[in-house]
Order: sequence, then structure tokens, then C-alpha cells
Amino acid sequence: MQFLISLHINPAVLDALTDEEKAAIGEGHGRFIQAIKQSGELITTQALVDPSQAAVVTVRNGQPAVTDGPFLEAKEHLGGFYLVDCEDKDRAIELAAQIPDAAIDGLGVEVRQVMFADGHLEA
Amino acid sequence: MTAPDIEDLLRELAPQVLGALVRRHGGFEDCEDAVQEAVLAATVQWPAEGVPDNPRGWLATVASRRLIDRVRSDRARREREAATAAEAAHTEVPDTDDTLVLLFLCCHPTLTAASRTALTLRAVGGLTTAEIARAFLVPEATMAARISRAKQRIKAAGSLFTLPDGADPAERLHVVLHVLYLIFNEGYTASSGSRLHRADLAHEAIRLTRMVHTQLPEDSEVTGLLALMLLTHARRDARTTASGDLVPLAEQDRTTWDPALIDEGTELVKAALAGPALGPYQLQAAIAATHADAPTAAETNWPQVHALYLILERIAPNPMVTLNRAIALAETEGPHAGLALLSTLDSDERMAGHHRLLAVRGHLLEKTGDLAGAHEHYRRAAKATAGIAEQRYLESRASRVRRPGPEAS
Repeated sequence: MQFLISLHINPAVLDALTDEEKAAIGEGHGRFIQAIKQSGELITTQALVDPSQAAVVTVRNGQPAVTDGPFLEAKEHLGGFYLVDCEDKDRAIELAAQIPDAAIDGLGVEVRQVMFADGHLEA
Repeated sequence: MTAPDIEDLLRELAPQVLGALVRRHGGFEDCEDAVQEAVLAATVQWPAEGVPDNPRGWLATVASRRLIDRVRSDRARREREAATAAEAAHTEVPDTDDTLVLLFLCCHPTLTAASRTALTLRAVGGLTTAEIARAFLVPEATMAARISRAKQRIKAAGSLFTLPDGADPAERLHVVLHVLYLIFNEGYTASSGSRLHRADLAHEAIRLTRMVHTQLPEDSEVTGLLALMLLTHARRDARTTASGDLVPLAEQDRTTWDPALIDEGTELVKAALAGPALGPYQLQAAIAATHADAPTAAETNWPQVHALYLILERIAPNPMVTLNRAIALAETEGPHAGLALLSTLDSDERMAGHHRLLAVRGHLLEKTGDLAGAHEHYRRAAKATAGIAEQRYLESRASRVRRPGPEAS
């Protein structure tokens, strides 16, 4: 079963962390990636640039328009994700709990099952 | 010999050569890698240069060389031993079939279900890691890591290369059958975009179950599982439309069911039911055979289906079985009786919000004429499912009961 573990970040919360805390998050992700690579559960993981760099694209009457993002008027934004293939939802939740963000107030870790997939993996 | 023939031959020979290698050298982990390398070498060489006279001996020789390459670092010693092993392999691949022993090892209790299926397909099914990765829609590196981890676990558990003895052979066989069942289901519940590869998994599961049946012809549950797979597989073309939409059993074009598979499956069900013990696979196969026996959906022997679910519910209690029995009960005693049975599942937390419970309730409400209730339940079921084809189907049911028109009649 494939699950997307999405990481919802709050830039203000991240900015308020000490350097040591930021380094600990980085190391925590590094260890997590290593562990789920070895267990054969990681499909891919990606982290995104700061939400302030987002461009919002709309097409009205066939005319595309681009405005500065982010799209959501919220404090939290998608910061990155892990795509995993694991035994069941319980295991996906167990994995999500190992991500350092889950232990920090103001950061969100969300688990959702994949319903449809296409692309190079099906080669 | 054509490329697909060579592939079939390799898949048949791979577990035999692996068994012989493990018996001779020990160390399942390294032997399995060596056989996989030999199989890959054969898929390159044989189509180009022709299949050797003794293909099994060829594979055993190459695998032995690869194995010795792996375990010996001293070059002179390696060459000497490789030559000896090559010679020995030609004469010493015994005719004993270690398929069962391999299956028991691959379905080791310390492994997760996902690892068991992957390892079984590779070591017993003779599939390459790339093929297994494609079938399960994960990158090859992910699948390679999973298989490697599984082999390390087996090694750490100190498993011997023998059939399990003592108290648990029946329990271990049950695990093996469950893994084969999972492989079949993975192929059967094919989702969009990947139908081809996943259909191969159903085929592979049938092939492996046939192998087990050949070894254990007296085991009624093995027979039952094979029958269940054949009877289910017989309906594969009728299950979906050309555009991939699901077609429920009642609306399938029964002329497209595969009569040869149905005949074989039905014979196996009869043989299994004549055996001493009654098990869940036999009963599910008997239910599938009852459906296969009906020329039209209206002619289904629902009292028999219901009776079989009732026995199944007693010997292997499970909310999914109760759910299916509710459908059969609704056919024999009316939708209200079915709904009453469904309400007993509401307190089961395994079923709370489950899309199957919602969908069946929607179906039975539709039969009572409560179209608003049916619509509501179909919509909720569509939201709850993780299958995209199933979601499309449930959404179409929902809109059909909301807008009863000429197309719904």
C-alpha cells in the first residue's frame, strides 16, 4: 500500500527554532531516510522551496495569468513529502511518528493513502 | 524456443536449481542472489545462442560459479573450486523438488506480508527484482532493499533448509497459502494504468498454487485455493468494460466467462469438498462455483450461497463474510433481512466507515426503494474507497439512484 506522508510547515515556526534545533531536524530526516531506504519502504521524498517562491497560475477565458504565491492564505504550507510503500496504514502512521516534524508544535505531518499512480515507476 | 517459452522454462527451473544449490552449499541468502544472476545471464544468452541441452545443469553451473565468486576471495582457489563445482553441478542436480521447502522459507513467520510476497515471487517464482517492482509499482531500488532485508531476517532467524516440523506445519502452510492468495488478489484488483503487469501476478499466483497442489494433492485447502483462483480468474474479462469500468457480478456477460477454467475449478471444488476437513478456501471456492453454475444472475442458487457463507462464518468468523452473507440473505429473504444483518456489523470497529459496508447498505437500501438513503451511502462509500475504479463505479451508482431516468430502468 502506498501512502503520501506530507509535511506541512509554518515558516514562522521554523524561523523561531535555534540552529541546534534546525540541525537536529535535518539529522532526524537523514536517519529516517536511511532507515526506510534499507527497509525497502521509501519510494521517493522531496522537499520544496519556501512558499514565498511559489507562483499561482490561473487561466480565465483562455488567458493564463501568474501571480505571486502561495495560493493558500494560511500559516502552514506544503513543505515536502515522503512517498512510501508499506504494509498497511498502521505502519504508515508508525513511520510518520518517526519524522522529527511530528514532535514540533505548529508543524503538521499527514498520512494519506495513494489512490492512483502513473509515471516512470510503471515503465 | 521463443522468448516467452524461455521465460517459462527459467521460472520453472529457478526454484529447482536454488533448492539444489542451498542443499549443496547452504546459505539461502547468497545462493538466491547467485541463482538470480544465473537466470539474468540465461535471459541474455539463451535467446541469442540457443537453449543448452541441459538447461538445468547450465543454470546450476553458472549459479555455482557466481556463488563461489561471491564467497571466495582467493583467485586461484576460486577457479579451482569453480571448475569442481561446475563439474559436480552437471551430475549432482538431484530430481528432488525443493519448491515447497523454498516456499516455507520465503513465507517465514518473521517477515511482513509484503516481504513474503516479494521474496516468494523472486526465489520460487523466478521473477527478476525489476519485474516484481513493476508489478507492485515501486522503484527497483525499493524492491531490491525489501528483498535483501527479508533475506537478512531469514538468515538471522537461523532457519534450516527443511520443511517445518513439530507443531506448526499446518500453520506454516496456512501462511504460504495466504501469501499466494495475496499475490493473486494483487493481480486481480488491478487498477488503472497497470492492468497488464498486475494481471501477470494473478497468472503467477495460479502457477505457484498449481505447483503446491502437485506436491500436496491430498490437502483440501490447497485444492480449494487453486479452485478459488481458477473460478475467479475465469471471470476476468467480464469484470471490467473496455474503458476499465467495473461490472458487478449480476451484470456481467456470462458468455465471456472462461468455460475451461470453470470446469477445472468446479472439478477441484468437488474433490476438495469430498476431503475430510472443511476450510475457508474450499468454501469460498464452492461459493464461486455456485455463481459459475448459474447461466444468468437471476438463476443463482442464493439459498446455497447463503448456506455456504453461514458455514464459512462459523468456521472462520470475519465481518467481511457476514457482509457477503447479508447480500445472499437479501436475495433469499428480502432486503430488510439483509439490512438487519448488516446492522450487527455497526459496532465492529474494523468495519466502521468501511467502504464495503457503506456500499452494500446502499445496494440494499436501493432494493427497499429508499433511493435517498441509497444515494447517501453510495456517495460515502465512494469517498471511503482507495480504489479508483471502485470509486467511479460507486459514484455512478449514486448518480443513478438520484436521477432515476430511462437509463436506470
